[in-house]
Amino acid sequence: MRLEPVANPSLARRLGYPAAALGATVVIASLLALLAGAEPFGTLGLILQGAAGSKFAALETLNRATPLIFTGLSVAVAFRAKLWNIGAEAQLYAGAIVAVLLGTGALGSPLVLPVSALAAMLAGALVLLGPVLLKTRLGVDEVVTTLLLNFIMLLFVSYLLEGPMKDPMGMGWPKSAALIKEARLPRLVEGLRLHWGFGLALIAAVLVWLVQTRATLGFEMRAVGQNAGAARFAGIPVNAVLVKTALLSGGLAALAGWSEVAGLKGHLSLDLSPGFGYTGIIVAMLAMLHPLGVVVAALFVAGIFVGSDAMSRAAGVPTYIADMLLAVALLLMVLAILLTRFRVVRG
Amino acid sequence: MSAVWEILISASFWAAAVRIASPLIFATMGELICERAGVLNLGIEGIMVIGAFTGWMAVYQGMPLWGGVGVAMAAGMAFGFLHAVLTVPFGLSQHVVGLGVTLLATSTSSFAYRLILPEVTSPPKIEPFQPLAIPGLSKIPLLGEALFAQTPLTYAGFAVALLTGFVLFRTPLGLAVRAAGENPSAVEAQGLSVTGLRMGAVVVGSGLMAVGGAFLTLSAFSSFFFEMVNGRGWICVALVVFGAWRPGKAVLGALLFAGFDALQIRLQQTPIGAVLPYQVFLMVPYALSILALILMSRRAEVPAALMVPYNKGER
Repeated sequence: MRLEPVANPSLARRLGYPAAALGATVVIASLLALLAGAEPFGTLGLILQGAAGSKFAALETLNRATPLIFTGLSVAVAFRAKLWNIGAEAQLYAGAIVAVLLGTGALGSPLVLPVSALAAMLAGALVLLGPVLLKTRLGVDEVVTTLLLNFIMLLFVSYLLEGPMKDPMGMGWPKSAALIKEARLPRLVEGLRLHWGFGLALIAAVLVWLVQTRATLGFEMRAVGQNAGAARFAGIPVNAVLVKTALLSGGLAALAGWSEVAGLKGHLSLDLSPGFGYTGIIVAMLAMLHPLGVVVAALFVAGIFVGSDAMSRAAGVPTYIADMLLAVALLLMVLAILLTRFRVVRG
Repeated sequence: MSAVWEILISASFWAAAVRIASPLIFATMGELICERAGVLNLGIEGIMVIGAFTGWMAVYQGMPLWGGVGVAMAAGMAFGFLHAVLTVPFGLSQHVVGLGVTLLATSTSSFAYRLILPEVTSPPKIEPFQPLAIPGLSKIPLLGEALFAQTPLTYAGFAVALLTGFVLFRTPLGLAVRAAGENPSAVEAQGLSVTGLRMGAVVVGSGLMAVGGAFLTLSAFSSFFFEMVNGRGWICVALVVFGAWRPGKAVLGALLFAGFDALQIRLQQTPIGAVLPYQVFLMVPYALSILALILMSRRAEVPAALMVPYNKGER
């Protein structure tokens, strides 16, 4: 077989394949439910109901989507420039550490929120800066270095929570002290359990979209991602663009951790992120790396997680079905996107 | 320093180093075969998990130990085939597909585990491979216990490394596989199928990765835990670079790496361990891997067509 570019893909082609990918994911979800001895349509219904069936469920989904929008944006920005940042998890924790460092009394109001947000972004940017400098200076592959840094960072957080950052009032649990009231993100709407982190995530998505479509940097990132050699030939400082991309990407991922601590949890613990950094990759790919698409994809992915948790409690299908479905959706979606632009021919 | 010296002259340290290296050797050979053919396989982490899980589950359900190894290998090959189909004929991003395969294989293991053992709090144990002392040789001081009193799966690991080196560098098949990773159009000009060679390499390599995972459950820990692979797959990707895509050097890298790992475990029990937090010791393997990548960055000869999809007829 061979791939042949399709000159002007029709609307049917551009929508049909992605729709088929989603359809196939639903079919596989049904088969998995059957395998677990549950009724397929009932299971899918329970996931949907658990994700958006009540005010409580919908708010839970929006809360879960918040860190995913940030990590999804982080990945989308980096991947657009073909900078393979798989280390959003480490950058997320860097932001969370800063939220605790500055939020537990070191800074008073009203400075604490903006200052700690900026400091968190800086910390996340610095975490990614190392691997990127290794890439631009020495040609060290950033995929493996960013992946390995995730493990190192998690051990570092574990050390902090059992040592210098341990809450003396924590009954021996490895968690940090609670943030002061001024360092907490207020609720978006009074009375609803949804914090301003979600609002900031939406603003970040719009800003990233503006940078990508209106700013020179956005154009340069795209050029570097499409063909680094040609970009260099055209006079674009490729390495400088990669470093700027890294600072933006690391900063966005750090906001995920910062907003989880300042908005949702109020303290840092080792279970702050159930892999939000890695899930950000799925979010970004499902969004085809489009910043506004990231918001939609994050809501979809968060819905699957929240819905599957609820379904698992009711129907007994293991909650890991969520991760399986997302992996399937990711693989089918990248294939579908390819097939919108290429046709498979024999020979 | 005397604490370090005492560890280094103990036979149990060298035996532990070889034991820790064994799963890495299988998986590193697997990744090396894939990359030599031109395909980066980031499915490695998940494929090791599915190997650890399926091998253990097969033995728990009554299969013999070698049967478990076979089941693990078959499972790894299945996920390898998925990676191969998406990255070779379709030419999709090897990074994204690899991470997707890792996520799929990992979550499939977790899902199947909960499906088969819904109520279990601590995973059941199996009777693992026992050490097989080779008469005479195992009595050599230090090296005897390290090299000749291991489980059969460790011996198999070294055999696989030898075989990988032989096939890749001494047979026409190996030449064709390497050429597919260096200069695919030349391979096609010879009338060979780049697609076939690359897919075959990924499937075989993934089978080896899964056996590396199965080593953890069938030879090392006798039980399956969700987090047991814990980045070993990523470390193996680094080891391939460190070994400059050569099986012999990669095995030496794995042994060196495992030596440091065995050393840090033992140092935790010494006065040094009382001073430094234990997390610092646990960081050693990951930090070493990054260091290895930095050290090799200028010298490594990357296969020229690594991560470059090949589309027939395209020039």
